[in-house]
Amino acid sequence: MRGNDLKQAWQRMYTMIGKEENPFRDRIVETFSEDGLGNLSFNDFVDMFSALCETSPRELKTIYAFKIYDFNRDSFICKEDLRKTLNKLTKGDLTPEEVTLVCDKSIEEADLDGDSKLSFSDFENMISKAPDFLSNFHVRI
Amino acid sequence: MLKEAVEEKKKLVQGLRGKPWPMKKKLVTLRESQEFVEKYEGALGKGKGRKLYAYKVMMSKKWMKFQRDFENFKTACIPWEMKIKEIESHFGSSVASYFIFLRWMYGINMILFCLTFGLVMVPEALMGRPYGTIPRKTVPRAEAPSAMDFAVLWDFGGYAQYSVLFYGYYNNQRAIGWLKFRMPLSYFLVGVGTVAYSYMVVIRTMARNANESGVGDDNSFNFSWKIFTSWDYLIGNPETADNKFASITTSFKEAILEEQESRKDDNIHLTRFLRVLANFLVLCCLAGSGYLIYFVVRRSQKFALEGLETHTWWERNEVNMVMSLLGMFCPMLFDVISALENYHPRVALQWQLGRIFALFLGNLYTFIIALMDEINLKREEEKIIKFNITTWEASLYNATGSENSTAPPVTFHPADVPRGPCWETMVGQEFVRLIISDTMTTYITLLIGDFLRAVLVRFLNYCWCWDLEAGMGAFYAPCLPALNVLRLHVSMYLQCWAVMCCNVPQERVFKASGSNNFYMAMLLVILFLSTLPAIYTIVTIPPSFDCGPFSGKKRMFDVIQETLESDFPAWFSKVFSYASNPGLVLPFILLMVLAIYYLQSTSKSYKEANVDLKKKLQTQNEENKRKNKLAALKAQTDLEEARAATQTAERQKNINASLQRQHAEEEEDLGSSQRKNGRPPPSVRHQDGRPPATRAPVPRTLHPDTHRSLGYLPGGGFPQQREPRMHRVPSLQRH
Repeated sequence: MRGNDLKQAWQRMYTMIGKEENPFRDRIVETFSEDGLGNLSFNDFVDMFSALCETSPRELKTIYAFKIYDFNRDSFICKEDLRKTLNKLTKGDLTPEEVTLVCDKSIEEADLDGDSKLSFSDFENMISKAPDFLSNFHVRI
Repeated sequence: MLKEAVEEKKKLVQGLRGKPWPMKKKLVTLRESQEFVEKYEGALGKGKGRKLYAYKVMMSKKWMKFQRDFENFKTACIPWEMKIKEIESHFGSSVASYFIFLRWMYGINMILFCLTFGLVMVPEALMGRPYGTIPRKTVPRAEAPSAMDFAVLWDFGGYAQYSVLFYGYYNNQRAIGWLKFRMPLSYFLVGVGTVAYSYMVVIRTMARNANESGVGDDNSFNFSWKIFTSWDYLIGNPETADNKFASITTSFKEAILEEQESRKDDNIHLTRFLRVLANFLVLCCLAGSGYLIYFVVRRSQKFALEGLETHTWWERNEVNMVMSLLGMFCPMLFDVISALENYHPRVALQWQLGRIFALFLGNLYTFIIALMDEINLKREEEKIIKFNITTWEASLYNATGSENSTAPPVTFHPADVPRGPCWETMVGQEFVRLIISDTMTTYITLLIGDFLRAVLVRFLNYCWCWDLEAGMGAFYAPCLPALNVLRLHVSMYLQCWAVMCCNVPQERVFKASGSNNFYMAMLLVILFLSTLPAIYTIVTIPPSFDCGPFSGKKRMFDVIQETLESDFPAWFSKVFSYASNPGLVLPFILLMVLAIYYLQSTSKSYKEANVDLKKKLQTQNEENKRKNKLAALKAQTDLEEARAATQTAERQKNINASLQRQHAEEEEDLGSSQRKNGRPPPSVRHQDGRPPATRAPVPRTLHPDTHRSLGYLPGGGFPQQREPRMHRVPSLQRH
């Protein structure tokens, strides 16, 4: 599936499954597409839903959540990634100082090895204690 | 060996779902493993055992398939699953959690309904004396003409009153039918059992929640959680999404504010004053509503004395309507008042719920106190009626005229017997009416579009007030659980429809339901307080003398005593009488109190140990961070040193190379000049014989006959120089 008809098919599917409103929809598609460009094969499609569905195990969701939030795909969630995530979440409503504060605080809380970015083990450690993660991080067809 | 390999492949297949591989890889691995397992599994059984082994394998496969099918079936059986999932995908998990809670309540009520229906209503209907045979089961002559009217039935009078739906219908015969079913005992035990079951369910849910949520460490990853877990991926509705964005932004802003501690301190007195004022206003509201209810109940009693037919519909149903309307408008008032208080939203919500709960409790208790007056009135009446009955019976005997020993059976229609007032049935009726009117007002406001927003807020509240009323009245009206089930059933559909089609996203995103111990604790308190009046009446007030399964006894719980004496062997009652001896009961209670104290203190010490461990973990993490930083610094300095060393070595090499080139040029000149002289240059042969790799350090002094050999030295020196570099690198890698 390529290019334009993909886009149309996606529009229809997004409305169906209600992901139109999801601020992370582009990231989700990029994460699961094998060529990294946003083109999804059928296998990728199935992959996406099997990882995000209700019965998928916590560890799997953690792995994919990490990939989704890692915007520059360097296997670390650095400050820039955090800033992008935050801006998508608040639709730019926070001032830059507030954004910086939140990102700094978040790295301070979760970073364990002191490299001022979140590696997968930091992320996993932090998410494993989160009460809402499983209930918020799934989609339904 | 082979067996292990097969086991490993099987494990791989089972764990395949959790692996983050792309789908293609998963499918390929799955196919390979399955082929492997199939190929070699059969080969494991040898000789005679082979058939048996193959059979076992086949059976275990069939069993797994059966289990999977059964799981699918069970999931398909869960009521309303599709509806709730649809709501979830539109409005997010919080609204869905309210409906899940509703479904849970429905399940509990269903069980209670089965208990009362199966063990109380059905035996009496099937095996007890049928309608019309004894006075308590018959509509009195005076009421008979109107007994079938819809208005009377709607009020639960007439035929509805004299049926299994209410306490008064039940006969006090000790054992009924060919099964010798102990009806009074069953009635009593079912009553106690429903209460016990409700408690058990709530406490079990609380324990389960406490287990899952651990010690509830809310603050250690506040910001990180807000960033990564606050978006609800299920939301598909644009308005809900907008609201969600807004609420996320607000929560970030709040967290930032708290972090910066920019709350002005000099307003603390104003805030306190406002809070006290708000509480005072709330208390006024509660007192006002309590008084209003009392007043209205008194008025309705007056109306009843004057005869119900002379009043309008409103005046007849005044009490119920007033209570329902209060329940609708007071929470909104509390909402407005709480704007004064300026609490954190979660805390404000808890205050709000606490106040609403106090409102409903207050209303119900006032209602009950007013009812108590009526009960006392009825008991006074009883004495008079008893007296009347004896005179009536006497007159009947005299009228038939027959005398002495063989008095012919006095035939009179049960409908003619003067009936004692039955306060239990009256209590049951009042509660049933209350519940019906509550339900009606809820549904009507649901259907009227304007109140939708307020209704969504009140969703939570109504759930509990139903439970309160049902809990109180269930003992006197076995039909209440049935009514509750019906009500919840209809509510489910109605509220689902309201939420879906009116599309109103809620502004306050609260997580209702069983996953939070605060709500469970409130439910527990409600249960306790709602069963208190019933227990009080059971224990203190003697039952009516001619209606219900306990008529004729001094107290309702005498039925237990009676059963023990007559149905159990003699030694049992002796044991029981010893056991109920205060001398034994008091030490037992003391022991339980001590056990509770002990468990409480051990749990406290565990919590403290938990907190200590967490602190240790945190300091350990910080230590690790520090160590890692140090190690990173050290590695950096090592790297720099190594770099500096290689730079100097390079420089050395370059110097040597240039020097060597210089001398090579000089040699050439020398050699050419010597050839000119005719002598073969001895140094060439000399050099060929010399071993090429000299490990000696590069000599600064240059010998004439080792000029050429210098040519080798840089080459020979090279490995020497490379070594220190290679020596350093592994140390870097170790770090």
